[in-house]
Amino acid sequence: MSNALLSWYGELTTRGRLLKRGSALLMPGMLWLMLFLVLPGLVLVVVSFATRGAYGQLEWTFTVENYQRLAGFSLFGWTSDYLIILWRSVVVALVTTLVSVVLSYPLCFFIAARSERSRYMWLTLVIIPFWTNMVIRAYAWFLILAPEMPFAKIAAFFGFIPDGMPLYPNAFAVYLGMVSMFLPFVTLPLFASVERIDWALVEAAQDLYASPVRVFTQAILPQTMPGLSVGIILTFVPAMGMFVVPDLLGGAKYMLVGNLIQQQFGSSRDWPFGAAISMGLMVLTMIGLHIYRRKGKEIEYV
Amino acid sequence: MRRNHLITVTLSLMTMAFLYLPLIGVAVFSVNSARRGLVWKGFTLSWYTKLFENEWILEAAWNTLVLALVSTVIATVLGTILAIGMDRFPWSKRTNGFLDIILHIPVVIPDIILAAALVVAFGLLRVVSSIFEPGLINMIIGHITFQLAFVALVVRSRLVAIGSEVEEAARDLFASNWYLLRKVMLPLLMPGIIAGGMLAFTLSLDDFVISFFTAGPESQTLPLFIFAAVRRGVTPQIHALSTLVMLITVVLVVATERFTRSKEKE
Repeated sequence: MSNALLSWYGELTTRGRLLKRGSALLMPGMLWLMLFLVLPGLVLVVVSFATRGAYGQLEWTFTVENYQRLAGFSLFGWTSDYLIILWRSVVVALVTTLVSVVLSYPLCFFIAARSERSRYMWLTLVIIPFWTNMVIRAYAWFLILAPEMPFAKIAAFFGFIPDGMPLYPNAFAVYLGMVSMFLPFVTLPLFASVERIDWALVEAAQDLYASPVRVFTQAILPQTMPGLSVGIILTFVPAMGMFVVPDLLGGAKYMLVGNLIQQQFGSSRDWPFGAAISMGLMVLTMIGLHIYRRKGKEIEYV
Repeated sequence: MRRNHLITVTLSLMTMAFLYLPLIGVAVFSVNSARRGLVWKGFTLSWYTKLFENEWILEAAWNTLVLALVSTVIATVLGTILAIGMDRFPWSKRTNGFLDIILHIPVVIPDIILAAALVVAFGLLRVVSSIFEPGLINMIIGHITFQLAFVALVVRSRLVAIGSEVEEAARDLFASNWYLLRKVMLPLLMPGIIAGGMLAFTLSLDDFVISFFTAGPESQTLPLFIFAAVRRGVTPQIHALSTLVMLITVVLVVATERFTRSKEKE
């Protein structure tokens, strides 16, 4: 088979010779990914079954204790602490994605209706926060919510917070930070689809007295599905692992799984437990993507 | 063109304000002469000049730049070769599927997992070689790992877009492998390679998590410096530094937009 002559991109050659050359080209990149992506991933799995020594070193006594601990079982009985953090991370990621989608649709319609020149300006205005460093943007919220700023003063006036206190750390600040962090991640890919909407279909639906909800779900949503899918994945995945925003704006009271992992590799120096939590996060992310892909397919059939 | 409903316009403008209000706040307080607190005391640019006298910040800026440049160059070269290897050879369906999954891993897992995996792997490799002590080399390796996948994906889509005709024509005219690569493929691929490289560069500048996990005491970058500084309390210098980084981002974004738009017009 591999000795038969074939024409490939205009070259008269054999399959065997082509694959040999192809392998040589694949080698450097794949070797790199194997060495620094796949192998570390496998090591992480192994370490999640290892034990932490008294001084934070690794000990190769294999146990499932780390996973039991993540599920809440310890010497002192069962606590829901870690499970609550995991659950909270899923909820925060889902709500962040949902709010970003809800805000992105009007913004995309708005930008799409501008003239060509100002459309590029508005798009650039969305791209700039997209590429601005996360730490700076989280820090900007930290500043805006400080006690001297109007927002904290207004909140204090209505008695939501004590006078002279900042508007963080709390759940509200985390959501503000998260949505502003990820909104452009939905808007940009969604816009690519909104720009190509066939408005005749939307008008047809309106002419046939479809309710606004039906116009959206049956005329607009299916047409914008490709961009929306990219946006949802680009938001949900990093939102699950986010730790800068909850660290600056959520504090110890509103920890997410990202903070928990960071703690194990930082101050607690408990790599096996950190590895086990990472596995937990990985599984949750995969479940999320899987459910989404199945739901996504159903929507396409409608 | 369609006209927008008033609600759409209002919501959009509010969303944009929501995105920009905090950033503008930082910029405003970067030119405020008050040493502490957030009370307006008059205009000054002294916090910016002080930045250039702060050795820590200069070193962090230097590290950020070295990290981004070195990792981008290596990732772009490796990613381009990988993309050509994946797209231009008759791989079986299974091989293709396998390569595809490996390439998409950095895109669909939260970056903190890659960071954790690298910390553990480097920790074990440290026994073999002192290269794997936390520091700039580790950070570069980490950055290349996720950049490589993005570059390969961008270049591969360009390879698909240029199709096979030109290469077939070159073969018909007896171009050798090397000649074909140098004189036909690379020039055609250049916009994709540059776009991939720019993406890699911005991803590196934007990264916090991978750097945070793999950095050593000697290899602070600007995002790490700002993060550490916020926990010590905000200062006007940090406002100025953040504003400067934002301005650089704006310049980079506008330049990239110009570049891609001029390529589209061609």
